[in-house]
Amino acid sequence: MKEIIVIIGGGIAGLEAASNLLKLGYSPIIIEKSDHLGGHVANWHKLFPDLTPAKDLVDELIASSKDANIFLNTEVSFINRLKDSYNIMLSNGISIITKYILMTTGFRLFEASKKEEYGYGIYNQVITNSDLEHWFNTGQDKRIDESPMNAIGFVHCVGSRDEKARNSQCSKVCCITAIKQAIELKEKFPDAQIYCFYMDLRLFGKKFEDFYTKAQRDHGIHFIRGRVSEVGENIEGKVIVKAEDTLAGKPIKVTLDLLVLMSGMVCNPDSSKTASMMALPIDSDGFLKSSDNVFRITASPKKGIFYAGACTGPKTVPETLAEARSAVLDIHSHITSQEK
Amino acid sequence: MNGFGFRLSPSSAINLDKVDRSRFEELCSIEPDALRCMSCGSCSATCPAAQFSGMSIRKVLLNLQRGKEEEAFRLMSNCMLCGKCTMVCPRGINTRRIVLTISRIYEKEEKR
Repeated sequence: MKEIIVIIGGGIAGLEAASNLLKLGYSPIIIEKSDHLGGHVANWHKLFPDLTPAKDLVDELIASSKDANIFLNTEVSFINRLKDSYNIMLSNGISIITKYILMTTGFRLFEASKKEEYGYGIYNQVITNSDLEHWFNTGQDKRIDESPMNAIGFVHCVGSRDEKARNSQCSKVCCITAIKQAIELKEKFPDAQIYCFYMDLRLFGKKFEDFYTKAQRDHGIHFIRGRVSEVGENIEGKVIVKAEDTLAGKPIKVTLDLLVLMSGMVCNPDSSKTASMMALPIDSDGFLKSSDNVFRITASPKKGIFYAGACTGPKTVPETLAEARSAVLDIHSHITSQEK
Repeated sequence: MNGFGFRLSPSSAINLDKVDRSRFEELCSIEPDALRCMSCGSCSATCPAAQFSGMSIRKVLLNLQRGKEEEAFRLMSNCMLCGKCTMVCPRGINTRRIVLTISRIYEKEEKR
């Protein structure tokens, strides 16, 4: 008998898990709230550190999971615990009985307008990392005109490592994303001066540090250690950014044509909502709590429920994919041990 | 009794809009590694002149990038060219040669 496995979330974790479950002969069902698969990555342009087109990855994942049952524009209405399985009621009226649920509900991008001092939603020249990727993809953003730019800034850690914003965690990917986007913008506007305002640069991954030194040496991106304190607009419609250059120990000011805010990853409220239906615990950072943060990151404390990807905390694309495969293996060994 | 009130001192703020980068860019075209400094401070920690004069090659590079050339020259005048900073730089930047290149570029400019 083909075991049914319900995957909640059709982002890259859900797709990679579905494709591997299909290979093992199971029948995965993907439930996706939005109208498209691929989640956040589907809106991205290129991926660090090799500038791989995000579309290639998403297309490949969609192709390899096409035999799964996929419900788009569908939410989980409620979940009932039965004796040794779960009854999941969907918003489209369908109900599914399954022994295994894989949560791949991902993250949500921090709402940059909450940091009012950065002026997102107030000044047209202030956009987010996600808006910039959207512009790279479509070339359309009514806030950005195509005339050459002289100066562009990036603000790291927007809503990350910020206790006032109630997100004390590091979002992990923004440092390297800012560097990637800075290089891409420098290639578009070679005469522009590009400034990255950072608190720390956390370049932990494979080739990240090389990417950073390349940005400094080959592209002349300026890195300024200091958190932007305020953003204002001048009479010419440009934004004035103030910070402290903490390495120089002096206040610093610059006028910019465009300011990009590196919005961080925060827990997805939909994920917490679904988790509460199964009484799954939430960790101190607001993300879903694994049964162990070292040894069993893909296991929940509840029988038959597993996690993969950014629902348990900020992750890179390769980490998410690896976790999806790992969760599939966990589910598979669980099923085979039951059969014995 | 101490005097009350306040005094105004000239602003130490850096205005990046007004920085003249031409000479620093000339330096970087010869010594692109000048851009790779990450201000770890190994150079100043090992510099024998640092504790007496405040010399620090990382500060020199930062000041040049921020258009504070006079401050950079003041610091650099204390360099004894011993090369210890080059030995400890984790990014392998040839700081000693950079000091010499800075002297050459900026001296040439002074003579014009």
